[in-house]
Amino acid sequence: MITTRVNKLRSQSLNAINTISAERALLVTRFHQSDEAREVSAPVRRGRCLMYLLNNKAICINPGELIVGERGPAPKATSTYPEVTLHSLDDLDVLHNRAKVSFKSDETVREAYRDFIIPFWQGKTHRDKMMANMTSEWRAAYDAGIFTEFQEQRAPGHTVLGKKMWNKGMLDILIDIEHSRFKLDFYNDPLAYEKQEELAGMELAAKALIRYSERHAEELEKLAQIENDEKRKEEIKHLAEICRRVPAHKPETLQEALQHYWFIHLGVITELNPWDSFNPGRLDQHLLPFYQQDMESGRLTKEEARELLHCFWIKFNNHPAPPKIGVTALESNTYTDFSLINLGGVKEDGSDAVNEMTYLLLEVIQEMRLLQPSSMVQVSKKNPDRVIHKTLDIIRTGFGQPSIFNTDAIVQELMRQGKTPEDARNGGASGCVESGAFGTEAYILTGYFNLTKILELTLHNGFDPRTEVQVGILTGDATQFTTFDQLMDAFGKQVHHFVDIKIRGNNVIEKLFAQNLPVPFLSLLIDDCIINGKDYNNGGARYNSSYIQGVGLGSLTDSLTSIKEHVYDRKTISMRGMIHALDNNFKDYEELRKELVFNTPKWGNDDDAADIHAVRIFNLFFNAVDGRPSPRGATYRINMLPTTCHIYFGQVTGATPDGRLSGIPLSEGISPVQGADHCGPTAVLKSAAKIDHIKTGGTLLNQKFTPSFFDDSESYSKLTALIRSYFRMDGHHIQFNVINADTLRDAQKNPEKYRDLIVRVAGYSDYFNDLGEDLQDEIIRRTEHSGC
Amino acid sequence: MNGIVFDIRRYAVHDGPGIRTTVFLKGCPLRCFWCHNPESQTPSIGFINKRRTLDGSEEWLATPVGREMTTDEVMKEIVRDRLYYEESKGGVTFSGGEPLMQHRFLLELLQLCHEEGIHTAVDTSGYANPEVFTRIAEATDLLLFDIKTIDEQCHYETTGQSNQIILNNLSSLDVPNMELIIRIPLIPGINDGINSLTDTIQFLKTIRQPVRRVDFLPFHRLGQHKYEALGLSPSPKLPDPHSIANTPEALALFSAAGFRVKEGG
Repeated sequence: MITTRVNKLRSQSLNAINTISAERALLVTRFHQSDEAREVSAPVRRGRCLMYLLNNKAICINPGELIVGERGPAPKATSTYPEVTLHSLDDLDVLHNRAKVSFKSDETVREAYRDFIIPFWQGKTHRDKMMANMTSEWRAAYDAGIFTEFQEQRAPGHTVLGKKMWNKGMLDILIDIEHSRFKLDFYNDPLAYEKQEELAGMELAAKALIRYSERHAEELEKLAQIENDEKRKEEIKHLAEICRRVPAHKPETLQEALQHYWFIHLGVITELNPWDSFNPGRLDQHLLPFYQQDMESGRLTKEEARELLHCFWIKFNNHPAPPKIGVTALESNTYTDFSLINLGGVKEDGSDAVNEMTYLLLEVIQEMRLLQPSSMVQVSKKNPDRVIHKTLDIIRTGFGQPSIFNTDAIVQELMRQGKTPEDARNGGASGCVESGAFGTEAYILTGYFNLTKILELTLHNGFDPRTEVQVGILTGDATQFTTFDQLMDAFGKQVHHFVDIKIRGNNVIEKLFAQNLPVPFLSLLIDDCIINGKDYNNGGARYNSSYIQGVGLGSLTDSLTSIKEHVYDRKTISMRGMIHALDNNFKDYEELRKELVFNTPKWGNDDDAADIHAVRIFNLFFNAVDGRPSPRGATYRINMLPTTCHIYFGQVTGATPDGRLSGIPLSEGISPVQGADHCGPTAVLKSAAKIDHIKTGGTLLNQKFTPSFFDDSESYSKLTALIRSYFRMDGHHIQFNVINADTLRDAQKNPEKYRDLIVRVAGYSDYFNDLGEDLQDEIIRRTEHSGC
Repeated sequence: MNGIVFDIRRYAVHDGPGIRTTVFLKGCPLRCFWCHNPESQTPSIGFINKRRTLDGSEEWLATPVGREMTTDEVMKEIVRDRLYYEESKGGVTFSGGEPLMQHRFLLELLQLCHEEGIHTAVDTSGYANPEVFTRIAEATDLLLFDIKTIDEQCHYETTGQSNQIILNNLSSLDVPNMELIIRIPLIPGINDGINSLTDTIQFLKTIRQPVRRVDFLPFHRLGQHKYEALGLSPSPKLPDPHSIANTPEALALFSAAGFRVKEGG
């Protein structure tokens, strides 16, 4: 049941216009102009900055709300982060006017930017410092589209709350800080001073959030006095009491727990703009004790709990991802800020974690049908089929959520990386599909890596035909390679070369964040930053990982298969001929292209002739990255996911030997090239499982089904068996898009009729209307596995 | 041993329990005018015009229908999805055409599947030599037996053959530990009338083999475009595209007569 209140709040959230708010940027600027910011250590400066922000930003309480607090002055009024990246007036225009994912700005915002923000930050942002520190070869590779850089416009993130904060208030945290401070050893520890400064920053950050909640309480008390409706007056008074308790104290009721988390969430996304906002993690596990207590004491009915959860959901939807500047908008163009709610999975002791809150939250997801938060269900071999069936109930409605993850694989992945079984089991997936030990790990995604483009460079001896720059190293004239293995050797050398360039850049960027932009508030939340007296951005967490995300596995696999088959085995064409065809985008090579497209083994069909190349590429990429150290003490790892970057990477990659024309999107995640799989889902999953998912921190596999696959309980059982089989083969994640192509075509023609149509894009869902036409086309093209 | 296979489909979810691979064997003695797979009727390898599109340009290619395969080659395809069969309690289904037309090939495949521990189903029209029919029935775990109509004249007119052999085979069926599912394609105006349905019920009550379930497959015109591709024209007898088979009544009648029923396979 959805109450009138929730309906109203939900439609307010849906109809709110996404705008740029200059409030945060102005406050940060003013703070940095003040004496408070001068001649202090970075953690203290950042702590004071957060204090200034939370003391001065407007308090927004929307009519009827049961959970309060907004990042901006109103729902969908989106903050900017000039200390990280600075929007120009042109950027504001582009954001205001663009057809998709626009952010409106009025004259006051433009004035603030023109007169205060831009003059102060020009040349002084993190992005400016970062770009100045990158080598010419990094820039050439970046310009060629070999890789992207996550920390160019957003702070390190991919972070999820663990168990701790559901059982602690900020006052408890302050005691933890005191303990840590007490243990500082100025005799023997050369870093004692740095730790003292970090702890001082943390103390400021914890106090800042307490003050922020008090300001809400004060505002609510004022509102209560002028409220005429007696029922609402009581609600507001109750809310004020809650804001006086949390987040200073640990929460005692469900409503307090939700409000507690929400203040913490706002603290993280006000402090900086971490990629993937923030995430409450294993929500069904965290909320169950509060729910049970409330029910037992008679404080709450199930329907009241549902209403609170609805209100909580709407809060996420009010917070679009902060917009980026310049061309990089193409890489990840969405309002989604990737807060991925985890349900199901296993408990710390390894037992089945599915509980009544799991099912209640699944209902909430179905009832809210909101873009944000994203949701997923972890499925372990210990979880009952019922939880899968309930998940399929939602998926079948074509909403694109929740996605389904393999807990047993995630736990194995995390344990391979050295986590304890308990920390691994408390983990899950965040963002799109990224495995992490929730509450104890800083796992930073650093950028997408265009594997397919590197083959293009290898075929041109390191030269990039598009930018006409010698981007790679000289690995030899490909027309002179007499064996396929020679080509693979050259390709491997190029991959190592670009991984080196990427990691060198990452290691500098990591230092810049550690030195200039520590996050004392986020550090309060993730163990063991307080104990270590070390910032989250400086390796303070118990576990630290840095990821590079491989993109284009399907396109690259099919390209290598084509070369092996046609150039070396069947000798349909010489290497010179093949390269000539690619350089001419297959003009005058129509027949060859048909051979490549229709008469060549393809990834995704359980055909070893193609699949062995995927395994080979995967291992090559893994060996180039995995295990390398970073300056903050992290270890580099790989995962295989693209968000929407396969579109951008496609645009910068010329024609490929699989018959793909220049500029067309690459394959996404580990999914087959769009339309290349023709043996049905069992074959796709078998191919996908041939790479070793356990050696990654996440892989993304998309499967589109028409609604006919969800007809009855028997088809549910079959889909469940399909998922279980994939997970038995150690598959990491699968997501279903339930839609038929005609519906999508109609939606493309009549967007006004489909304002609520949400589709699964790649590790997340988005409004179909908000997707660019090329992405819409791609989703239509993806193979529809129709029934037999 | 070799046989002619015209298709192998994985994740077949409408041909028996669980996730299945369906192996379509080529050749059929019947010529049902509503047939969805007309290309499967002739026993030899034929050609069909198939459309191939690439970036908006299209071309029509004569594409072979059917290929000669050894039992080992077929088994190699079948065992690929073993894991899925295990998880879903599925297996392999042999369909056609009429799979019993290649009964030696079929029998060897059934035996090989059982050696591999894979559950088998045979989807048959029942039009086969009684000895062959019994041998296959004894070799499979599940028989999906199609009944079009009990009315011999109607059967002759709509399929080109008498149904005597079919009904005799069904009557004499008596195999322990083998499951029988009756499948009835419901063709509007042909066999969805109350008389036709009642006749079928009466007949099914006389047979010895227990009927596990009766599945109704409502007619659709989806396969009809294939006739043109084969250079044939769809039958003029085909029901109007908008006419709908009387499935609810069929389900109700059979259910009342004590049969478990299901719409779709």
